[in-house]
Amino acid sequence: MTGVWIGAAILLVVVLPIVVVLLKGVLDAARSIVPAIDSIAATAEAGSKDLDAAALLLTTREQVKETIAGVAAYGGSLDVILDDAEAA
Amino acid sequence: MSAAAAVLILAVVLIVLALVYFLVATILELRKIVVGLDRVIAHVGGIVEKSAPVNDVVTTINEHLDAGVAALEGLLVKKAGLRDAVGLVDGLYPGAAAEGLRDFPESKEIVPPRIGEVYTKGTLTLARLGREAPIAAASPRGAVLRDVESGSSAARGLYPAGREEGAAALPRSPIIGTDSPEQYERRQDIGLPRKRFPAEQS
Repeated sequence: MTGVWIGAAILLVVVLPIVVVLLKGVLDAARSIVPAIDSIAATAEAGSKDLDAAALLLTTREQVKETIAGVAAYGGSLDVILDDAEAA
Repeated sequence: MSAAAAVLILAVVLIVLALVYFLVATILELRKIVVGLDRVIAHVGGIVEKSAPVNDVVTTINEHLDAGVAALEGLLVKKAGLRDAVGLVDGLYPGAAAEGLRDFPESKEIVPPRIGEVYTKGTLTLARLGREAPIAAASPRGAVLRDVESGSSAARGLYPAGREEGAAALPRSPIIGTDSPEQYERRQDIGLPRKRFPAEQS
């Protein structure tokens, strides 16, 4: 009978607090991850929206092509109408 | 049942209840994490998809811009000469001569001349365009391309003999406009129906 009392006392005084502390630690850790995940999701969403303008790079590329072609044509005209520098 | 056994069972029940409560709460939090991670993965996938062509597009843009820079530098050096080209660039962007022209590494060793001298017509035109062009607005307080006070004397050096002989005898430019002293004859057919030519007979 004394052994049963000792076992019950150990369960109540030692095992139960340890189990509660360990499980509470796991629960707190899990709860602390949720805000971080929400923050990461919001950041990823914002980054994804920022990249919506990346499609405009295709337009920029075409405009750069046209601009460089215009510069080349203008430079070719200048090359014709302007004298070359005299050789040193 | 003895009191000791009842206390023992009570302890076990308490432990089980604690396990159930905390494990269920942890499962719920883990489900929230899974939902959040699904959102993250969806947005990261969007980022990857949207940024996939960026590298190629930017590389193409840079290649075209490099070609444009090379062409413009080559044209400037061809028309103004390397030394004066460095001077022109330094006049537009003070201090840029230290970096030199990209396709002409030897330009870094050139002491940029002051662009207040008299240049050929083409070079001066380029300089004037560059100075007054919007592209020069980036350095509006930079060194001037030509001295505005003594610029006329410098230009006068182009024609040391002064005004061309016989210039006064040349005919003056005509005065145009409704009040001009000389009114040119107006065509009579303006405003009338267009003449119809006879149809060709086949």
